[in-house]
Amino acid sequence: MGGRFRDYEHVLRVAAIFVLAFLGFMAVRAWLVPEDFGVYGFFRAGALDDNRAHPIVHAGRAACVECHADVVEARRGSRHEPIGCEACHGPLARHASAEDDTKPRRPDARATCVKCHETKAGKPAGYPQVSAAEHAPEGPCTACHQAHSPRIS
Amino acid sequence: MPGVEGFIYPNEIELQWSVLIVLYPFITGLVAGAFILASLERVFNVAAVRPTYRLALLTALAFLIVAPLPLQLHLGHPERSFSMYLTPHSESAMAMFGFVYLWYLMVVLLLEIWFDYRKDLVLAWRSSRGLKRLLYSVLTLGSDNISEAALRVDDRLGRILTVIGIPSAFLLHGYVGFIFGSIKANPWWSTPLMPIVFLFSAIVSGVALVMLLYVASCWIRRVPVDMVCLDTIARYLFYAFVIDFSLELLDLIHRIYEADESFRALDFMVKTRLFTSQIVLQIVVGTLVPLSLLALAQLVLLRERARRALYVAAGALTLVGIFAMRWNVVIGGQLFSKSFLGYTTYKMSFATREGLLPAILLMILPFVILAALVRLLPPWTDGREASQH
Amino acid sequence: MQQERRAFLMVAGRLIALSGAASLAWDAVVAGAPETAPNYRLTDHWWAMIVDIEKCIGCGNCVRACKAENDVPREPGCFRTWVERYQIDPEDFEHPKVDSPDGAYEGFPEIAGPTERLKIFFVPKLCNHCAHSPCVQVCPVGATFESPDGVVLVDKARCLGCRYCVQACPYGCRFIDPRSHTADKCSLCYHRITRDLTTACCETCPTGARQLADLKNPADPIHEFLRTHKVNVLKPQMATGAKLYYNGLDGAVR
Repeated sequence: MGGRFRDYEHVLRVAAIFVLAFLGFMAVRAWLVPEDFGVYGFFRAGALDDNRAHPIVHAGRAACVECHADVVEARRGSRHEPIGCEACHGPLARHASAEDDTKPRRPDARATCVKCHETKAGKPAGYPQVSAAEHAPEGPCTACHQAHSPRIS
Repeated sequence: MPGVEGFIYPNEIELQWSVLIVLYPFITGLVAGAFILASLERVFNVAAVRPTYRLALLTALAFLIVAPLPLQLHLGHPERSFSMYLTPHSESAMAMFGFVYLWYLMVVLLLEIWFDYRKDLVLAWRSSRGLKRLLYSVLTLGSDNISEAALRVDDRLGRILTVIGIPSAFLLHGYVGFIFGSIKANPWWSTPLMPIVFLFSAIVSGVALVMLLYVASCWIRRVPVDMVCLDTIARYLFYAFVIDFSLELLDLIHRIYEADESFRALDFMVKTRLFTSQIVLQIVVGTLVPLSLLALAQLVLLRERARRALYVAAGALTLVGIFAMRWNVVIGGQLFSKSFLGYTTYKMSFATREGLLPAILLMILPFVILAALVRLLPPWTDGREASQH
Repeated sequence: MQQERRAFLMVAGRLIALSGAASLAWDAVVAGAPETAPNYRLTDHWWAMIVDIEKCIGCGNCVRACKAENDVPREPGCFRTWVERYQIDPEDFEHPKVDSPDGAYEGFPEIAGPTERLKIFFVPKLCNHCAHSPCVQVCPVGATFESPDGVVLVDKARCLGCRYCVQACPYGCRFIDPRSHTADKCSLCYHRITRDLTTACCETCPTGARQLADLKNPADPIHEFLRTHKVNVLKPQMATGAKLYYNGLDGAVR
């Protein structure tokens, strides 16, 4: 029997290496895999927090309403009322959070309007479009139109 | 946009998988094919190919060691690649492949080589000195029993490992095929035939490689080529190639016949952007020519020198053809937009992380490793070492 | 006896305290980390979006807002959302002419040539946040996933940058961020929707073509919308469970 064992003892050495490697791997795994992995599904739960931790750049309409009630009044009933403030005024979270004291720059009184209202094929029928070059070759659109409550008279 | 024709989704401007990802199935295919050749002798008792048995195993090992390197170079975060073993997503073919690779390397290849070489390792341990002696003692794991009974144990285990190894080799490269074939978003890749086509082209490329290496090694060692061995290998290469060609032809005919939505876009792509690599390199130069040469050798009785030259030519062209096939699958699958309305181009750079230069170096590396392995574990069966120049 | 009773009471007391603490901890877990979203319960929401093609004017506000909100690189091929313009000749329905210049970041240029015969419209695109997402399926390490509230997100700390997910997405909405070398895509402004805000693209869309929707909210207008409009998803044959519902999706749209 001793002879028999001697003849496959080298196989046991190999097997021992495999077992040790496996145990080592399991130990490394226990150390390296984050604790919150697999809590909700096959992912690290902390990733939800990472995705939520991003800074807010657009304030959202509700934030503007808090201070600019006069504009809200001006827009009531107008065609522009459903539009968010930042659609024309750009991202304003910093301004709304009072992190920044400077007044935000007024949007360009021609380019801002043109980007939506320039006549272009493909816009839905009934959408107010005009060829800016023909309608008013130069000058701001606000010379005749109120941006917050536009009227087609 | 330069290089873009028609409409592509804005995010498709850059190809995701580069020439390095072409290398990867090519290399793993060579591994699987070399191993299948080795198993011909061990399991199916085709004694004629015995001279290439150990050479095929060492070739498989050399290439398998290099296989993960193109992937590491390609990853955005190679330092995180170990996560594939820590938190492997069981639904991901790529994650599961990590374990198939590990199994194949550790259990099949390394163990089989060890059991086959153990006697030589022990003898080398006893007869060498210094650093070499230390190296060999480590390789034998400190056991020096090479009695008849122990060697019988080795032989039996080696045979079992080869038997396990054959489906493992199938799994190794079939899985790579599945990594592509299971992507429903890409009609060039998505077909159930993909793992099987990959596997048979792997066998073809691996057998061709070992055949070429055998001839080259005989030439370097100034030793006559065993023509019975070479003829047998060439015959098996021919059979495997016929199957591989039939499978690819079947895929092609099927696509042309069904002519579904993606077909028109793919058809146009093959006729223009992929013409050189697909029609010229893969089909004509890489398949039809070597197949004809091999068929010629089967049908007509040729002199030894002519046969040898024919096999070498066929083998080399085969390797070119199989590489072209990998290129056409990986790169071709990314040249057309998933909107089926446009195409982009692959701008392969040269000396960048994923450029042509690292690809060339990575293809040279396995031969360097093989040369080292051959010195450490000589695979020759004719009892003659490399002749001194 | 005194000692045993005391020991028992101590153990029992600890168990009760621990289970109470544990249940509080679980509430915090379910609610999300208290500091970032104190009132947000994951299980109360199942996010989706409606895109109304009949309202889109191709102004590109959404593309610009997304780039600003999410710090998306301006390099080519890095779009979390974009708009496509389709020009279809009704006699050649199978070959629409499509363009998306810089993802419509600056809107669209004028079309050269006659357009009276053509059917022209704009199609905003973004991640479909699929319920059976192929990109989640193929990720080898769980770095992309669908959150319990229905948003497909990327874990930038675990992503290897292997690009398998980019290959697997049928809609082309994923890309690799050249700065972090990880996968990136529309996150449905997860940092906003978990704080009672809407996404940046919906906030700045002037026509209401884009609307964020919460399928688990019985008061959400999406339920009425789905009931009264003919809606579709992109590539329905792929069965990805896409939650981006289009109204007015022409059959020529790819």
